[in-house]
Amino acid sequence: MASDLTTPPGTDPTRIHNIGYRSYDGPRLGRAYARRSLFSQSLRGAYGLGRSAKSKVLPMILFAVMCLVAAIIVAVAVATPGMTDLPLEYTRYAIVMQAVIGLYLASQAPQSVSRDLRFKTVPLYFSRPVERVDYVLAKYAAMASALFILTATPLVILYAGALLAEFDFADQTKAFAQGLVSVALLSVLFAGLGLVMAALTPRRGFGVAAVIAVLTISYGAVSTVQVIAWEQGSTGAVEWLGLFSPLTLIDGVQTAFLGAASAFPGGEGPSAGSGVVYLLAVLALILGSYAVLMRRYRKVGL
Amino acid sequence: MVCATTFENVTVIATESLSKRFPRVTALDRLSLDIGPGVTGLVGANGAGKSTLIKILLGLSPATEGTAAVLGLDVATSGGAIREQVGYMPEHDALPPDVSATEFVVHMARMSGLPPTAARERTADTLRHVGLYEERYRPIGGYSTGMKQRVKLAQALVHDPKLVLLDEPTNGLDPVGRDEMLGLIRRVYTDFGISVLVTSHLLGELERTCDHVVVVDGGKLLRSSSTSDFTQTTATLAVEVTDSDAHPDGTRALREALTAAGATLHARGEDGLPGAGHILLVEATGEETYDLVRDTVAGLGIGLVRMEQRRHRIAEVFRAGTGTDAHAASDAEAAREPFAAVQQKGGGRDGV
Repeated sequence: MASDLTTPPGTDPTRIHNIGYRSYDGPRLGRAYARRSLFSQSLRGAYGLGRSAKSKVLPMILFAVMCLVAAIIVAVAVATPGMTDLPLEYTRYAIVMQAVIGLYLASQAPQSVSRDLRFKTVPLYFSRPVERVDYVLAKYAAMASALFILTATPLVILYAGALLAEFDFADQTKAFAQGLVSVALLSVLFAGLGLVMAALTPRRGFGVAAVIAVLTISYGAVSTVQVIAWEQGSTGAVEWLGLFSPLTLIDGVQTAFLGAASAFPGGEGPSAGSGVVYLLAVLALILGSYAVLMRRYRKVGL
Repeated sequence: MVCATTFENVTVIATESLSKRFPRVTALDRLSLDIGPGVTGLVGANGAGKSTLIKILLGLSPATEGTAAVLGLDVATSGGAIREQVGYMPEHDALPPDVSATEFVVHMARMSGLPPTAARERTADTLRHVGLYEERYRPIGGYSTGMKQRVKLAQALVHDPKLVLLDEPTNGLDPVGRDEMLGLIRRVYTDFGISVLVTSHLLGELERTCDHVVVVDGGKLLRSSSTSDFTQTTATLAVEVTDSDAHPDGTRALREALTAAGATLHARGEDGLPGAGHILLVEATGEETYDLVRDTVAGLGIGLVRMEQRRHRIAEVFRAGTGTDAHAASDAEAAREPFAAVQQKGGGRDGV
């Protein structure tokens, strides 16, 4: 194969090679372009685009499930006479579908970051104009956008359905907008947590397990304890226990600020006052995830 | 921006008293280098500071002291601009197995700032130049080590850098693969016009490839000179003669005669090798040495079996001090006393 590398041109008639080296004088678009390219490549990769057929299966199935459930709700709303609102609130949708979102994050966050770490591709990035902050920002933004597409698309379906069913336009638009803000916040928060879990575990399997553990187990534990607390009458505890799992955090924030009905037992969501604590906790987690990722990549430089 | 002026100055890499100290180790110790265009070998045992130097040259790790410039750009302030024009091939595996070489190299080209169309064209060109044809559409996971090394080289060349830093590119290759990779590296400069800094812990393989060899050990510069200096200044003649009735021990007779005539002989030259004791090693100082040997042999009336130039391999220079090769050590000791002394120390520490 390579023996022909040293063969002068023309001595091997079966192949055309050595048409000479051409140098490149075109534009070099620099860091910002590289960052955008990495973002779009990672975002596409989160849905298996540009990867093998096998890796498209799971993200596409999960995306289809998210949309299908929304379509069924719309169908029910449109077909049932006398309905004035969707059977499920926009803000509630992500909470109901949390298992699907968790599964999606658990499968895609590790493929986004663990691969580069495990196969030591990261040094190839950092030997280029791309810097650590570009890499982390691009990966973070891509994961958050992928989650946003996953969670916001069904809301769009719900909204379109609600308009088709001729529900009140102003009400629906306001609720839809609140729902979008809520899933945007959820996407950024979950993306950060998922990437941190995945980046700390170069083995993909561990990454998947860690993400599921953090999301599902923490939610299960918190909601169980909340129910116990509520049944024992300590409603104050219910309000604060919600701080300890990502999903109840989002629930708390949207209950306090986005007009959502809380999924906490008895609907005992935080008020606007304690909602501020929820919001701060969410922001702290997002910034913390970013900081941990930056730290993580400082070590794997080269 | 950097273009012509840099090459007129004929300095691709320049370091001045470059030091890098970690809490417990000094990786580089006042290293001053001046490397021009061409293929330069950076040789040192594992832990000699080669990788640290590469990191500093890419602007990814600040030097503790001293300065370094790559393509005329200061590594401390212009890291990004340097990395845009420099390619890097790491020593370790760096390729994801589930994508094809084409996809991977296109992505890396874009990370270097090439627009999408240019990235695809350059990828196709570069992969062909490193010798990957149809297989470039298959996932990298199924490649041989040699093919993977070619992909790693391709990603370092895809953005048409002015300089590539190759960290141990022949690691893990079989002898044939090694030769192919070395030939390819040579072509990177001769055909593509891209200067190369290639590291290795094996000096031998660099002598055919490099124009210039820099030897570092323990973060210190041991030697920096052109490959021809390494291998030719100490040319030696191996002479073998027959015995005759007048001289039952022809070799001994010749040795005495040559010594009397003022030639320098390496005493224990071929110890431990086949024919030891029958071969004389004569230091060649020029044309006249050949004449002297011929005339002396003729004068003694013995037969000359062979007289050949024995080029010193730079591997012998490097191994000289580590004491692992008595032949090379004795061969080289006269000429390179100081070098050998420093080397001895370094060799012990690194446990080569």
